[in-house]
Amino acid sequence: MSIFIDKTICNGCKGLPEARCERICPGNLCYRNKNMKAEIRDQSACWTCACCVKECPVQAIELRLPFQICSNSASLKARLTKDKTIWSIWNSQGEKEEFIIKARN
Amino acid sequence: MDIKYIETDILIIGGGAAGCFAALQVYKKSPRCKVVVMEKAHIERSGCLAMGLNAINAYIHPEQTPESYVDFVDREFEGVIRKDLVLTIAKRLNEVVKEVEALGLPIEKNDDGTYKKRGSRSVRIFGERLKPILAEAVMKTTAKVLNRVVATNFIYDGKKVCGAFGYGVRDNCLYVIRAKAVIVSTGGASGIYKPINTGGARHLMWYCPWNAGTGYAMGIRIGAEMTSFENRFIPLRVKDVNAPTGTIAVGVYSKQVNALGEDYLGCHYQHLGGRKCLTQYRLFATLEEMKACRGPCYLDTTNLNDEEEKQLKEDYLNMNPQIVLLWASNGMGPRKKPVEIRGTEPYVVGGHCQAGYWVDTERRTTIPGLYAAGESAGGAPKKYVSGCWVEGAIAASTALNDIDDTSTTDIDGAIIEKEKSRLSGILNRTIGITPLDARERLQKIMDEYAGGISFNYMLHENRLLEARQLLQCLHKHTNEVMAVDNYNLVEALECIDRIDVARTLVEHLMYRKETRWACYQTRWDYPQKDDEHWLKYVNSVYDIETNEIKMIERPLQ
Ligand SMILES: Cc1cc2nc3c(=O)[nH]c(=O)nc-3n(C[C@H](O)[C@H](O)[C@H](O)COP(=O)(O)OP(=O)(O)OC[C@H]3O[C@@H](n4cnc5c(N)ncnc54)[C@H](O)[C@@H]3O)c2cc1C
Ligand code: SF4
Ligand code: SF4
Repeated sequence: MSIFIDKTICNGCKGLPEARCERICPGNLCYRNKNMKAEIRDQSACWTCACCVKECPVQAIELRLPFQICSNSASLKARLTKDKTIWSIWNSQGEKEEFIIKARN
Repeated sequence: MDIKYIETDILIIGGGAAGCFAALQVYKKSPRCKVVVMEKAHIERSGCLAMGLNAINAYIHPEQTPESYVDFVDREFEGVIRKDLVLTIAKRLNEVVKEVEALGLPIEKNDDGTYKKRGSRSVRIFGERLKPILAEAVMKTTAKVLNRVVATNFIYDGKKVCGAFGYGVRDNCLYVIRAKAVIVSTGGASGIYKPINTGGARHLMWYCPWNAGTGYAMGIRIGAEMTSFENRFIPLRVKDVNAPTGTIAVGVYSKQVNALGEDYLGCHYQHLGGRKCLTQYRLFATLEEMKACRGPCYLDTTNLNDEEEKQLKEDYLNMNPQIVLLWASNGMGPRKKPVEIRGTEPYVVGGHCQAGYWVDTERRTTIPGLYAAGESAGGAPKKYVSGCWVEGAIAASTALNDIDDTSTTDIDGAIIEKEKSRLSGILNRTIGITPLDARERLQKIMDEYAGGISFNYMLHENRLLEARQLLQCLHKHTNEVMAVDNYNLVEALECIDRIDVARTLVEHLMYRKETRWACYQTRWDYPQKDDEHWLKYVNSVYDIETNEIKMIERPLQ
């Protein structure tokens, strides 16, 4: 798995012609299903670029590494403000690390 | 499939680093010029810059000059580069970096306001938002951006390029775009070789998996001259997650060590330059260490302090969040365990190496009406992101000048029908070859017979002849490729394009009968560098009539 979409958090970007994750994915992998929830078309086609993770306004998407790469799980989420990117990373023990990095002048 | 007709002055194919810059340049010079940007993804996050960058790798610091930059690139590439092209890039690197800073990109600075050095020729940036910053600037111009439209072929009347066809992934339309000038900037090609990560992790690769070499393939198909495909790029990267190693090696000065803890470049490879060796020898030495049973190899990060470890993680979040995730998964930071490195699969790129269109210093290709910039343009390695910006600007200025007295050309309806039936044919077919099968076949052939990872990148005429023949056979089957939906159609088109790129690549690999660039182009049958015969460019032109690739030698310039 490369991204995990928490359907209980995803609000389907209601009102938008295209979901934000769908609009942004450089590989055209995200889409909205009939229940207005985000899905990924093909996990194996994911670049793990985190673009959808950053774009989701309610942080419904987590970045994970494919099992082939690592058998322990960890996850990463991101939130964008106008000039900063805020990253939260949970390691396999569930401990959280946070980074706040400037992103534009 | 409906058809949408658009007419414009300049069509830019690929809104990445080079394409965005080209659009900005046209607007700056001639705001009334009509520009269309055709982009496969969404320009806000597309191509190599989608994840962001943490450094600009081509910059002229005060003690350097454009000429010294050219000399550096020439040394790195063993005397075969287009110095004329590299010089045009080097002269404008600092100017374009300033422009992007003005658009909002944070760059690390000294107290006196100059950019802080990160290695001899690069600057550290906080570039997570680099692509959205560029895209925003483009959206403020009058350029019409067509997102989710995938270029499929040039519109070519036998003499000049008159526009391009695009497939609208969202609206399932064929876009017929007529233009006075076309700039191709679709990046390089990944996915030609079997990747190091396969199956469920097959796209966890260094290069952008959707830069499928389409720009090259479209040019090959109309007989544009291509150069130096044999100068493949094989990056030395963090194992599994493919994060660039420069962030560690240049950013925090870590050494390359083997499993015995030896600084192996210093201990065993002094004859190649030791720790100051050329980039390709870092990879070569790492492979040699494996053969000598002294692997795995690492970047020694265990002596970093707290602050350096934090900076390293931040730098990677700005460019390759996967590695930070890997550290978290293993419950390890770089201080606990050195970072394992290895070579990836080979790529065909014009940004780190020099595969691409043969262009003049104004970035005209050999086909009238067609210009190339960025990774698509050949002959100028180590251009990196800033060099791509420069090339975008140069190509745009040239295109603007050249279109002064031209008008768009009428297009023969038969050409349009042909492209439409090619695309709908793939969609309508119910039995045939899936993109997955075609891709895996291609990658297997290239891996096994054209110097992939399974063969330590080694090349040999006997194997390349086999590759040539197998690719010819695969090529014959491309008209049986089928797709079940719009998304799948794009995958199918990517496969077809990659096969065209691979065929040209194999001819180039076969033609250069020497070993010029370690690992990138190492021949078992011609293991020596041969300056007497091969200080020249190897170029190629595909002959549409005979379906053969004609090789051309050109003297150094
Ligand atoms: C992971 C990674 C890290 C890098 N790190 C650095 C760094 O730290 N510093 C540095 O200086 N350089 C770095 N580089 C190199 C630099 O990013 C590239 O050289 C540069 O972005 C290439 O610019 P380009 O415009 O040629 O290609 P891209 O920026 O990739 O743009 C190509 C565009 O064409 C579009 N496209 C592709 N096919 C089609 C089609 N058929 N139709 C329409 N559009 C299409 C793509 O979607 C994309 O938008 C890195 C590259 C990668 C991959
Ligand atoms: S991580 Fe990147 S490639 Fe994967 S689904 Fe999200 S946006 Fe697409
Ligand atoms: S962006 Fe977030 S909320 Fe919107 S559809 Fe995607 S996952 Fe759901």
